Amino acid sequence: MITEHSGPLQAPSATKVLSVVDLCKAYGDTVAVDGVSFDVGRNEIVGLLGPNGAGKTTIINMVLGILEPTAGTVLIEGMDIARHRGRVLERTNFTAVYAPLPGNLTVYQNLRFFGMLYGVNDLARKIDELLQQFGIAEFRNTKCGVLSSGEQTRVGLAKAMLNQPHLLLLDEPTASLDPASARDIRTKICAFAGQEAVGVLWTSHNMVEVEKVCDRVLFLSHGKILLAGNPKTLPREYGKETLEDLFITVAREPLTLESNGT
Amino acid sequence: MMHLHRIAAILLRQFYLIRGSPARLLPLFVWAAVDIVLWGFITRYLNAIAPSGLDFVPSLLGAVLFWDFFTRVMFGVTTTFLEDVWSRNFLNLFATPLSISEYLGGLVLSSIATSSVGLVVMLILATVAFGLSFFIYGLMLIPFLLVLFLFGIALGVLACALVLRYGPAAEWFVWPIPAVLSPFAAVFYPLSTLPKWMQYVAHLLPPSYVFESMRAILAGGPASGTGLLWGISLSAMYILLTGWFFTRIYRHAVRTGLIARYSAETLS
Repeated sequence: MITEHSGPLQAPSATKVLSVVDLCKAYGDTVAVDGVSFDVGRNEIVGLLGPNGAGKTTIINMVLGILEPTAGTVLIEGMDIARHRGRVLERTNFTAVYAPLPGNLTVYQNLRFFGMLYGVNDLARKIDELLQQFGIAEFRNTKCGVLSSGEQTRVGLAKAMLNQPHLLLLDEPTASLDPASARDIRTKICAFAGQEAVGVLWTSHNMVEVEKVCDRVLFLSHGKILLAGNPKTLPREYGKETLEDLFITVAREPLTLESNGT
Repeated sequence: MMHLHRIAAILLRQFYLIRGSPARLLPLFVWAAVDIVLWGFITRYLNAIAPSGLDFVPSLLGAVLFWDFFTRVMFGVTTTFLEDVWSRNFLNLFATPLSISEYLGGLVLSSIATSSVGLVVMLILATVAFGLSFFIYGLMLIPFLLVLFLFGIALGVLACALVLRYGPAAEWFVWPIPAVLSPFAAVFYPLSTLPKWMQYVAHLLPPSYVFESMRAILAGGPASGTGLLWGISLSAMYILLTGWFFTRIYRHAVRTGLIARYSAETLS
């Protein structure tokens, strides 16, 4: 098995936005995440890939502090989320298809509500800026519940960028978008990630997208990191044509890769 | 450290929801107003058939008003919490820097705002339509409202903890709580009317001290200062206990993964 960390634990580097160290989550006898360690650097987009049930969302929930690990540590900019939850979450944000914003509030009301929770300065200007940036200004006073899924995704992304997060967690951010909108959103996220101090952890089942946007990918299988590397070169290292072929192998025959990788 | 802007965010969200929804606006005062009208006519009828000199308005209508105020305070806390349940907002909410004490602070602030609306409407109706004079209770009105407010907050937080623990369907726990407590709280009759075991329970319920004092004042005697102080102390203790209980339930939900999969209700 290949993991990002193979040696003893090191002090978090100033270049790392996220350091996940020996993270485990078990529900009774069921192990959902099994000793996962990885980093996300500044200006880096890391893809967290794997079949359904591999543990991606569990890891994201633990990074967000809404799920307590059974063991291990999550450090965001060197601070342990278990001990500095408030300070750490001020500089973190996320969006996920399974966590839409309240449908009974308008786009503006949602952004104002969450902006206040994140303590965003000059909130009115920031909201206007994001409404323009994500092309949702016309829905400013529309309730989120009546927006199309693609429009809701954009509102979710606007919420995720309200506090200029240093760590951005994106769980399938383009899953419900048409190809043109998805490309547009990818461009915006990449531009955001290009800013100084930002790191992105991105999950997706769209391997073409992953190859385009991610600097590095981590393949999860049964709660463990099975493979890690550059999405452009990794398939060839394992004798596969494309990232999608590699994904399918991870999903169907993880043991063959495990024996190759160790 | 508590951040006021986060507490204010919870209040603002509730304001947005109430402003845009008659289904949320009307319950703030309609049921309380209906109660006052119903009991106002009942007291008027009782005054007409009772031996001369008896006035049921301050004892019965006053009791209804105080009890409804307590109920509004409790429901003010729980409905603000339930908004997050109904809109499945826990994931977004608890992934922000909002602390549990700030969240509970927001629920309390929302309850103050919403229960004040109900109280003002009840006061106006009871005074103008049925001649209830609050001067009759004197300065004791302040500790009466304080005890009921504090106990309403404590029970509201307890109800939120139960819903957080047992899932959205546990909402039915919330609504009958005041009705279940009212026979013990001796709202309409002296505590001595109750059998001994119910009196023991009543002594643990802060509102019983309010209603006993209210009746003592109306009978021409003094309110029980010790009783009211005990009522305030009990309420304050219940707030601390239920706050601690809510935090425990929240931590359990974070540890087990219930926050992330709340609609599942249990993880078994």
